[in-house]
Amino acid sequence: MNGANTAFVLISAALVMLMTPGLAFFYGGMVRVKSALNMLMMSFISLGVVSLLWVLFGYSLTFGDDIGGGLLGNLDHIGFQGIEPTSLWGEKPDAIPVLAFALFQLMFAVITPALISGAVADRVKFGAWALFITVWTTVVYFPVAHWVWQADGWLFKKEVIDFAGGTAVHINAGAAGLAVALVLGKRIGFKKDPMRPHNLPLVMLGSGLLWFGWFGFNAGSALAANGTAANMAFNTQVATGVAMLGWLAYERIRHGAFTTLGAASGAVAGLVAITPSGAAVNAWGAIVIGLVAGVVCSWAVSLKYKLGYDDSLDVVGVHLVGGLIGTLLVGVLATDGVGGAAQLGKQALGAFTVLLYSFVVSWLLAKLIDVTIGFRASEDEELGGIDQAFHAETAYDFSAVGGSARSTVPAATGASAPQKPHNKKVDA
Amino acid sequence: MKLITAVVKPHRLDEIKEALQAFGVQGLTVTEASGYGRQRGHTEVYRGAEYTVDLVPKVRIEVLVEDEDADDLVDVVVKAARTGKIGDGKVWSVPVETAVRVRTGERGPDAL
Repeated sequence: MNGANTAFVLISAALVMLMTPGLAFFYGGMVRVKSALNMLMMSFISLGVVSLLWVLFGYSLTFGDDIGGGLLGNLDHIGFQGIEPTSLWGEKPDAIPVLAFALFQLMFAVITPALISGAVADRVKFGAWALFITVWTTVVYFPVAHWVWQADGWLFKKEVIDFAGGTAVHINAGAAGLAVALVLGKRIGFKKDPMRPHNLPLVMLGSGLLWFGWFGFNAGSALAANGTAANMAFNTQVATGVAMLGWLAYERIRHGAFTTLGAASGAVAGLVAITPSGAAVNAWGAIVIGLVAGVVCSWAVSLKYKLGYDDSLDVVGVHLVGGLIGTLLVGVLATDGVGGAAQLGKQALGAFTVLLYSFVVSWLLAKLIDVTIGFRASEDEELGGIDQAFHAETAYDFSAVGGSARSTVPAATGASAPQKPHNKKVDA
Repeated sequence: MKLITAVVKPHRLDEIKEALQAFGVQGLTVTEASGYGRQRGHTEVYRGAEYTVDLVPKVRIEVLVEDEDADDLVDVVVKAARTGKIGDGKVWSVPVETAVRVRTGERGPDAL
């Protein structure tokens, strides 16, 4: 076992974990006050649901030996059977504990369905969402991650390069977001009512946490504390910074202002685009990838108004388009001997296969949930705010008057009595 | 008696308060308000989607004065509120039938 690599991967796993709450803030600040908590919860719930799935069967379906055809892992490790703290992943002398690898990969499985939630802001039943990510992770994420990252996976064998998840994570989530947004339909008042972000500092906080955690996401994917990891970490920083500049420049020319939301969004677009490609390019490649991602994604987020689908927080414009840019540009900009037309073809095969599979299965799954238990919140719930409807909470207390608290003190004891929890037995 | 009402830019509030005190006004009421005049509001851009924000923040100041002071007081408020830029607001006065100081029950000019 390699101690340095193990430490690096464990720390990277913790960094990637932080991306999910970071994403929650990034998305949470972009919605209106009445659904801020729901937006946070749609990401947060994934930390629970997917962690459980991963132990039950997710790890086995993704990284178990192939059942044939490179499509899915077998069931040998269901319930993590056969995996001990001494079990190793990788070849000596670089090998790390399987548990460290599995924890790192779990965090990818957690954030991917959470990414989709940006497409469905303000309008889904929370229970239906939890069911959706449970099934989606099982039938879409686990197989696709197996295709791309497991040595037996069919796209891995076709030499499609997805270093840290441009295909398995971002194109996958982006295509699913588009599919679910189409099934659900638009928010009430889309293109008519103002749907301004309620808290841009929260968006900045979220994008900052994403940027920070992304070093684990990208560099950690080397699974070793080595030059590949360093190259990836360096390119992550450069591409992200340049993408922010690209987005801001586009905005200044098209809309007359350098916006905060644009800076945060540009950074995320750059992070997405460098994810699949960063290990195969040098710093100049990272600059090109960042610039292209910043400008093109900035343009792409306006597509929803032209085409009429309501991808609330631009999962398509940022993650699908950014993921495609990074995945395809490997074929153009790679400096480690893998670039060229042949590689571009392989990259396109991987990108569009995953796009198509994710879109079709996600659409069918969303439709199935919609016609059985109902996916979309009622009109009243949506207009009144899904925070109150599904979480019995509101994010902020603005009212100085009008609140009526249910007393926690029995009326007979008087208002001056010390407060006791009203639903717990208190010792005399 | 007259009620002077001014709807003005929030950052002029301190100037107006000082001018009113210098004039000898004893008390006033301030309310946060929002609205627009001829200029409407401003435009904000979020990922390229433009929103017109036409209700802009204002403060509403109300002062009760005796009839003979009303015109002068309107001038004082206008002078203190003016920046010369668009959206400076409006000041108006209306007649008041009666006023009572709640603590003492004094009525009319004595209540001011």
